[in-house]
Amino acid sequence: MAYNSLILSITTFIYGLAGVLYIFAWIFEKPTAGRLATRVTVLAVVANTFGILLRWYESHQLHTGYGYAPLSNLYESLVFFGWTIGVIYLWVEYRYRNKTIGAFAVPLAFLTMAYASLSPDKSIQPLIPALQSNWLIAHVITCFLGYAAFAVAFAVSVMYLIKAGDEKRAAANGGLRMPSALVLDDITHKLVMFGFLFLTVGIITGAVWAKQAWTRYWSWDPKETWSLITWFIYAALLHFRLMRGWRGKRIAVLSIIGFAAVLFTYFGVNFLLSGLHSYA
Amino acid sequence: MQENKEQPSGPGPSERLAEYIDLWWRFLASVKLSVVLLLCLAALSIIGTVVPQNLAGQEYARIYGPFWATLVLVLDLDGMYQSWWFRALLLLLVINIVICSVDRLQSTWKTIFVRHPKFDLNGFRNRRQRHEMDLKVGPAALQAPFERAVGKSFRYRKVVPTENGYAITAEKGRWTRLGVYAVHLSVVVMLLGGLIGSRFGFEGFVAVPEGESADTIQLHGSGQRMRLPFTIRCDAFTVEFYEGTRRPKVYRSRLTIIEGGQEVVQREIEVNQPLYHQRIGIFQSSYGRADGRAPAAAAPREAPDEVTVTLRSAASGMVYTRTVAMGQAIEIPENLGWLVLERFEADADFQGMDLGPAFIGTLTTAEGTSRTVTLPLDYPRFDAMRRGDVVIGVVDGAAGDAAPAERYYTGLQITYDPGVPVVYTGFTLMIIGCWVAFFMSHQRLVVEVTARGDGSRVMVAGTANKNKTGMQVVVERMTEKLTALAEDRQGRS
Repeated sequence: MAYNSLILSITTFIYGLAGVLYIFAWIFEKPTAGRLATRVTVLAVVANTFGILLRWYESHQLHTGYGYAPLSNLYESLVFFGWTIGVIYLWVEYRYRNKTIGAFAVPLAFLTMAYASLSPDKSIQPLIPALQSNWLIAHVITCFLGYAAFAVAFAVSVMYLIKAGDEKRAAANGGLRMPSALVLDDITHKLVMFGFLFLTVGIITGAVWAKQAWTRYWSWDPKETWSLITWFIYAALLHFRLMRGWRGKRIAVLSIIGFAAVLFTYFGVNFLLSGLHSYA
Repeated sequence: MQENKEQPSGPGPSERLAEYIDLWWRFLASVKLSVVLLLCLAALSIIGTVVPQNLAGQEYARIYGPFWATLVLVLDLDGMYQSWWFRALLLLLVINIVICSVDRLQSTWKTIFVRHPKFDLNGFRNRRQRHEMDLKVGPAALQAPFERAVGKSFRYRKVVPTENGYAITAEKGRWTRLGVYAVHLSVVVMLLGGLIGSRFGFEGFVAVPEGESADTIQLHGSGQRMRLPFTIRCDAFTVEFYEGTRRPKVYRSRLTIIEGGQEVVQREIEVNQPLYHQRIGIFQSSYGRADGRAPAAAAPREAPDEVTVTLRSAASGMVYTRTVAMGQAIEIPENLGWLVLERFEADADFQGMDLGPAFIGTLTTAEGTSRTVTLPLDYPRFDAMRRGDVVIGVVDGAAGDAAPAERYYTGLQITYDPGVPVVYTGFTLMIIGCWVAFFMSHQRLVVEVTARGDGSRVMVAGTANKNKTGMQVVVERMTEKLTALAEDRQGRS
């Protein structure tokens, strides 16, 4: 096994440890465990970054003409997805000073990396002609920033549905009690806006690239169509807020449905439908 | 009471018409309609990803049986994204977007395009999140430095005299209220660009053997032939592979464009690097052997002794790899049956589709039913189309000999789409619009300074149409800044 996949496997365990610490800190309200969880998550993101950079470097060492930014197949995209979830979660924790979201979001980063570890083939495969374009980097990075924001929004929406049930409990303390339903709703909204912008840019960069590589900017390929379906769902979510009394629960439910569409766009299309977009 | 008296005569026809129009206007301008349309589009779009698109009519009968095939064809599900009902939904969305935007712009317009915006001072004075402090410097001395400090982060500012002092009113980002309209407009622009492309553009294909020329392409869809305003000559075609693998590295055609007997352009094109001439795009899309046989990569042309097969279980998602000899049965894990590779075809054909080199095998389920599977080397995901419990792929045959030096033809996609600049304008507008609509806001700030004894009382309050917590931070920072300024002034005097 190349060093990059070794480091990325280790990263998986660090995310797992961070997730366990967050859950522990939340359930038993232990601030020490919470602080440790944040540090471990930072460590995981650093290791994840290092693994990606090392894979990039190693791709250049193999043969001439092999080198490429490691964003070109299911394994590499999963690893990058894990990274984006980690980074966006840390930003949310920093911004809202609350560690309970980590108990829901960091396990998603762990699951993503764990699923990546199961990939049968982690070897570095040089880019086929269709992928040899700078649009690859712009397209993948923007899409996954979008996906990751939706993933964290999904975690927050699940928390909202739990929280909406027992709003009567005591107010937050030490960042170890769940934020109020109002704050959770606000975080979901912010993350969905962020994700929507990046999904939009991701679809658009994909379209411009498709024009260059496949001759048309839009061909109703299953991957394209499903990304548009996801876009429609989140567009509807953003309009929910404008309707009286449609905040809160309905938004949380639609955010969960939206994330299911993200997952189908990402995995389902590849495994169940056939189309042009067969890399990841 | 008076209304009751008038009712028997009823509203006149013109009033009834106005009422009717108003009702429709409110329906078409409603957000509820937008949400319903977006969710309908999301749900209906799924159909076209499940039902294969643009097949011949009899193919649907073969896949779904006569009844469902008729339904597919009657409802235009075979080309649903071009169907009248899908287009009608998009048109309704456009109408909704336009009317909704016009409806709201009427009020937003007045807010955005005013020379001197109105500030409701009492509203700011009564805000819960206002900051107040007492300073030992009189109002007059504070005015100039305060105005400068506020002016640094707010473009518009105006000093309004109050009973016992003055108020600095300031604001910025009034125009950001237009962001959401830019997004809505961009959707209309993109759809318009798509319409232009489908009306006035064309797409076709031509295969040009090395050393030969072509000026006529075959159009997609209709299959008609069309003459180009120039001739394309293929001087050479090359395919390269990554060192020691069968993985293609580059497909490259050297082309010469000839106009009226003159060679006007000579260039190499590759996948991702098309050539545009007279706004007509020439794209590298395929290649093959010029003697009319199937595309020849460095694929094995004879049946190899051993083959590596991947077996992916649809239920668990696990992938198993097995090395198998021709004719030898292998058991598929998870009790999914048995696979035997029967034969190898250098030039496999699947329902008229040219697949290139492929293995033909028999898959027997645990229940004992058998079926033939086709496993093309060039399309490792081909078997996924069968939607079986297991997806079989041939990873790599035994290393084949490199393709002998033969004459190739290059397959070129030729497209002309005058709608592209319009669509790209829509793309740009949408990205900028989303950014503005989501992350920028119209912020208003009031700093009121009132004389109090020798010193003054200062009140800072602000509002924003979005991101209210962000505005609180702005107000807090401004308060700190102004306090520091006043203390500085106090120290000097």
